[in-house]
Amino acid sequence: MSVLLDVQGIGKRFRGLLALDNVSFRVPRGSIFAVIGPNGAGKTTLFNIIAGAMAPDHGAVIFDEQRIQGLRPDQICRRGIGRTFQLVRPFPALSVEDNVLIGALLHRRDPGSARTLAHDVLRQLDLFGKRDQSASALTLPDRKRLEVARALATGPKLLLLDEVMAGLRPAETDRMVSILTGLNRETGLTILLIEHVMRAVMALAARVLVLHHGAAIAEGAPEAIVREPAVVQSYLGAEAVA
Amino acid sequence: MLRDALSGAPRRGLALLAFLLAVLCGAPWLAGDYLLTVLITILYFAYTGQAWNVMMGFAGQLSLGHAMYVGLGAYAAALLYVYLGIGPWIGMLAAIAIAGACGAAIGFLAFRFGVGGVYFAILTIAFAEFARIGFDHIGLVGGSAGFFLPVANYSRNDLWNLRGSPMMFYYVMLGLTVAGFILCHLLLRSRMGYYWQAIREDEQAARSLGIDTFRYKMMAVVISAGMTAIAGVFFAFYYNNLFPEQVFHISRSIELILGPIIGGIGTLFGPIVGAFLLTGLSEIMQDLLAAFGLDVPGAKQVFYGICLLVVVLMLPNGVWPWLAARLGVSGARP
Repeated sequence: MSVLLDVQGIGKRFRGLLALDNVSFRVPRGSIFAVIGPNGAGKTTLFNIIAGAMAPDHGAVIFDEQRIQGLRPDQICRRGIGRTFQLVRPFPALSVEDNVLIGALLHRRDPGSARTLAHDVLRQLDLFGKRDQSASALTLPDRKRLEVARALATGPKLLLLDEVMAGLRPAETDRMVSILTGLNRETGLTILLIEHVMRAVMALAARVLVLHHGAAIAEGAPEAIVREPAVVQSYLGAEAVA
Repeated sequence: MLRDALSGAPRRGLALLAFLLAVLCGAPWLAGDYLLTVLITILYFAYTGQAWNVMMGFAGQLSLGHAMYVGLGAYAAALLYVYLGIGPWIGMLAAIAIAGACGAAIGFLAFRFGVGGVYFAILTIAFAEFARIGFDHIGLVGGSAGFFLPVANYSRNDLWNLRGSPMMFYYVMLGLTVAGFILCHLLLRSRMGYYWQAIREDEQAARSLGIDTFRYKMMAVVISAGMTAIAGVFFAFYYNNLFPEQVFHISRSIELILGPIIGGIGTLFGPIVGAFLLTGLSEIMQDLLAAFGLDVPGAKQVFYGICLLVVVLMLPNGVWPWLAARLGVSGARP
């Protein structure tokens, strides 16, 4: 399998805090890849660097065989990376449909044709029935799916999901998992997710990277990762005991 | 095109719109000189409010210096007319270009260096003040003594040179208001219109969807400035005199934005409803005060203040969304 995203030795320092220390990994095309780790491990910083919200101090991000580090977020989106935000940020005063339509306008310049695409995406995400509601009226699980729908409408090759399961009940988590696996299976979409919910990570990811204090401490299949002593000690400990 | 433009609007709304347009077309034949003057003022504010709304209501960029674009448009067309004999319709192109370029300069400074929100608004005030003080000291434009267009009694209306009766000016202003409305309607439903709304709602999220926010914010400023400059051309040829202290003054900028704020920011009908309410009611109030023999300087400003207070407290989204719901036409997208 070819590599879609190749992160090479990324480092990022915020004054005295080393947020990312020489992190490298490769995401194969068509796979689902998860990044886990305790709070403050550097996961969101890593995401922000890939999505262009900040530039790394050193290292390279190669996407689809091109260096993208330092590009603006809109340029990175146009290259084919869609993202969601940890704290959801829908366009609150706009309808659910118009939220997704705005994503779809990236490649379909005519609003009529973009609306058609938005409808397809809304159906995939189980939001079609709520398309006329204002985005601010949605419940949290719906807003999370709206974020995914909006990013998906930009037609990405790689979808970055920043804790889309956080705050969801187990049934809702399972629903999101099935939507994401469906997307991955049917369209070959590559997904990179940051996740705390191990239930989702185990069900989704083919490979997992574990960050701790900004460093990659383990990488492998999820079944193997959960047995790594270093991972159990730094991150899963509490959960494993519980 | 027309079908596309009208789709989505409820039948009742269209009927209401046609009725309103018919009334406005027939109004000068029924209205006296005074009422005609009031109607011209209302349409002037409806149009400039619409132009300001492109920046604030659509793209979320607050300008408190729109008087600058009015003034630049007014002076550009008036100077070309007086010195070079170039008619206002050609002069309008120069006015649009100059105001657009100034808007682009302000936008570039602000958006390239990350000046947003309140600081952006202050920047727009600063530039309008530069213009006011600058024009006060330019001899070519008459400085603070003002600049005047030749006035004479015209036996017939000369539309090409905008010389004629108030009725002609009324129809010109009505034409501008309708054209501005249609332009904004089309803009709002275009790709750019959706991108503006995304930027207004959440700029960071907009960027993550591939929107070059710098470019689209620049477009909003330039289009809004150009539209406003057209109102300036009208202003110059209608009033025939321009004083920097008046045209560029911040109170003009404020006056211009009250209509859309009261009518409903970001809506197409808000600026029109707001202009009718504010100008209409303040004229009625002044008539009443005059009828009682009262002379209250500043009553208009106090009245505007009260209107603003009531609307902000009771109808924070403006009068139009509330009115649209009452009229059963709220199905119409913004």
